[in-house]
Amino acid sequence: MATTTNSVDGEAGSAGNALGRLFRMRETGLILIIAVLFIVMSFASPYFLTWDNMRAMAMAFAVEGIVVVGMTILLISGGIDLSVGSVTALAMVIAGWLFLNGLDPWTASLIAIAACTAIGAIMGFFVTRVGLHHFIVSLAVMVIARGLCLLGTGGRPLGLYTLPLEFKFIGQGSIGPIPVVIVIFVLFVVVFDFMLRRTTIFRKVFYTGSNEKAAAYSGIRTSKVIFLTTTLCAALSGVAGIIYMARFGSAQPTFGVGMELNVIAAAVIGGASLKGGSGTILGAILGTILLSVVSSSLALLDVSIYWQDIIRGSILLTAVTIDHYLNKRRG
Amino acid sequence: MAWAFPSNAVVNAMDHPVILKISNLSKSFGPVQALQGVDLELRRGEIHAIAGENGAGKSTLMKVIDGILRPDSGDIVIDGKAVTIASPTEAQKLGIGFVHQEIALCPDVSVAENIFMGVTNTSKALLMNYADLRKRASAILRQLGDIDASALVRTLSISQQQLVEIAKALTLDCRILIFDEPTAALTEREAKILFEIIHRLAGQGIAIIYISHRMAEIFDNCDRVTVLRDGRYITTHDISDTTPEQVVAAMVGRVIDKLYPEKQRADEKSDEIILDVSNLCEAARFRDVSFKLKKGEILGLGGLIGAGRSEIVKGICRLEGDVTGTVALHGKPLSLAHYGDSIDAGLVYLSEDRKGEGLFLDMSIASNISALAVERVASRAGLINAGRETRQAQELGRRLALKCGHVNDAVSTLSGGNQQKVAIAKMLSVAPKVIFLDEPTRGVDVGAKAEIHRIVRDLARSGVGVVIISSELPELIGVCDRVLVVREGRITGEVAGDDMTEENIMYLASIADERPRAA
Repeated sequence: MATTTNSVDGEAGSAGNALGRLFRMRETGLILIIAVLFIVMSFASPYFLTWDNMRAMAMAFAVEGIVVVGMTILLISGGIDLSVGSVTALAMVIAGWLFLNGLDPWTASLIAIAACTAIGAIMGFFVTRVGLHHFIVSLAVMVIARGLCLLGTGGRPLGLYTLPLEFKFIGQGSIGPIPVVIVIFVLFVVVFDFMLRRTTIFRKVFYTGSNEKAAAYSGIRTSKVIFLTTTLCAALSGVAGIIYMARFGSAQPTFGVGMELNVIAAAVIGGASLKGGSGTILGAILGTILLSVVSSSLALLDVSIYWQDIIRGSILLTAVTIDHYLNKRRG
Repeated sequence: MAWAFPSNAVVNAMDHPVILKISNLSKSFGPVQALQGVDLELRRGEIHAIAGENGAGKSTLMKVIDGILRPDSGDIVIDGKAVTIASPTEAQKLGIGFVHQEIALCPDVSVAENIFMGVTNTSKALLMNYADLRKRASAILRQLGDIDASALVRTLSISQQQLVEIAKALTLDCRILIFDEPTAALTEREAKILFEIIHRLAGQGIAIIYISHRMAEIFDNCDRVTVLRDGRYITTHDISDTTPEQVVAAMVGRVIDKLYPEKQRADEKSDEIILDVSNLCEAARFRDVSFKLKKGEILGLGGLIGAGRSEIVKGICRLEGDVTGTVALHGKPLSLAHYGDSIDAGLVYLSEDRKGEGLFLDMSIASNISALAVERVASRAGLINAGRETRQAQELGRRLALKCGHVNDAVSTLSGGNQQKVAIAKMLSVAPKVIFLDEPTRGVDVGAKAEIHRIVRDLARSGVGVVIISSELPELIGVCDRVLVVREGRITGEVAGDDMTEENIMYLASIADERPRAA
């Protein structure tokens, strides 16, 4: 009787567990779609199923995937962050600027991540203390952070040609055949997925997002929870920015424009709800992979870049529509 | 509360012909008979009170008159003509206006536009004539008080907003005007002004239906009173021929059935005090609340909706409000800053709003039950032990006879009664010392209700302090060993044993002003 299940969603629950089934369906469904895409593409393009292409695709979504982790947790708590792209760029610019002014890259990076964390804390303050909506606060910060990037660089990329090799290793190196970027990404995913499923602190994130009032009436300090998820999302954006910098060997003030839409779309395709209370890291990462595979496939098939946006948007709309109907049936 | 009005002139049939006559009206919602053979007779120019307990059918009757609900059977006659009122628009055409209890205005729109919202809605004109609107609104507002027609509703006080609601009703040329507990949100002074207006309107020949359970208001302002109980018509009196006591007796006169568990036995009585609350105050909502909760007893908090019972209990638990005063548990004063501290100390609160404040509907039963203290099913490092969480849910589920598929199913799959058991299990998961239950059986079927009463009695027997808030008098009397009555944020009395009657509680809840607490 005492089935052991280690998730909030009760995946290993009884056969009658509608919610568990739904989540299983979501993740297996995504895997199936990705698998079908792989099979079709391997016939359509001989280049698709090569190691180089796989590696390129993984590199493309891995760093963004770290931001997706932060966004998913924030969405579960009921928030949203539109500033992730700008904050990622700001991390690059701050670290790059400090490096060019003589600081060693490691310290510079830590300071940059700390600055992004502080930006998250400021957003958290405006949301929980002042009482403004996440959407508006992060929209403002998105614009401000981008402004800071351009101000600090005069709008031009900072070339960091003297970055030491061991720092560039983060973004460009490999451990055996596996790029370091992917190792870092997998680490983040595994750690946060585990924490989200198992730790009390992240359970409180689910409670808060599921019903903020009931969470408060369970003695949970919901404003603290929302403050933390907001800060965490910005901090992870900062981490992503540093990895990008190591990969590109430069700091680009215009990097990450539109990233927020990709990241939110991935999380939502993976099952996170904008209303809060639901979502998994695994689902969100599958959402990221799906979007990345689609982009890469379309590029290989020589589809115009403009069509790619249209197709990505349609995938998002389809996923959300399916979700809406499943939820309606459940209610 | 005394209103400065001359004694009410007797309403006689000649000067005041009958304008509305309702006979044998019935209405049911599924198996629930909300109205059963109700009669009502309303005369021109009278102020007619409708009195009854919560759930007596007052609101249903008014909704039928206003065309929001259709009756199952019965006749409505207006000015001698039988009518069917199919919608609020038709009610308006018949001259029926309704000032709702809750203010339903658009806050960011001007007073004038709010007043003529109904007219604008049905108007065929393409453009709004704001100047004309303002002029007409000002003309109506002049007879009510000093309100600027072009002000935004948001900037008005609650009582001014209420006047706007009345003005809105008046634009419709109404002959019958219904007030549903209009003074609930008003101060005494504002209420006085409102009554002056009501009397003036009645003087113009408008028939007023006034819904309230405040005896003072009814006896100072109304001409006649009709009492409803359990959806039935009980009686109609001229105010000059009756007393508040008679009206209260008519409102509650019901025999209590034996649906309730055994009370505390004499040999179970204890002088051990579990919870000692003294001088609890909160600026606007309650003051000088002091009481002691003894071991083994179930203490009830009675009173009308809005009397401040929930606020007091939430104040004790530090759920809301800026509370002063002391709370001592087992003789030790508590210093609580936040509800989390209360939970740690052993005080827990079951919300009256199960879906809004009590449960995480889309989450599993097990994770709902552990929500009050997830740490209890986790390792010291903060890792949740799913097996322990499941076992906790299963154990508490068995103890409360919870009927569910699996504890990993979503709470939304359960019936109301079982959802409430999950909410109670959540409270019990922290082994509380005192449990405050706010309307614990609201929206729960009879069977589950009896089970919840049994659970509560078992808890009291096991030494947990139990405080119940209920607006259902029979429940309060049936379950509790002692009842404190709250009125307008103060404890106005205490009843126990044979004194615990609906009349006494209603008296303390609605009439008694200053009365020393019974020993």
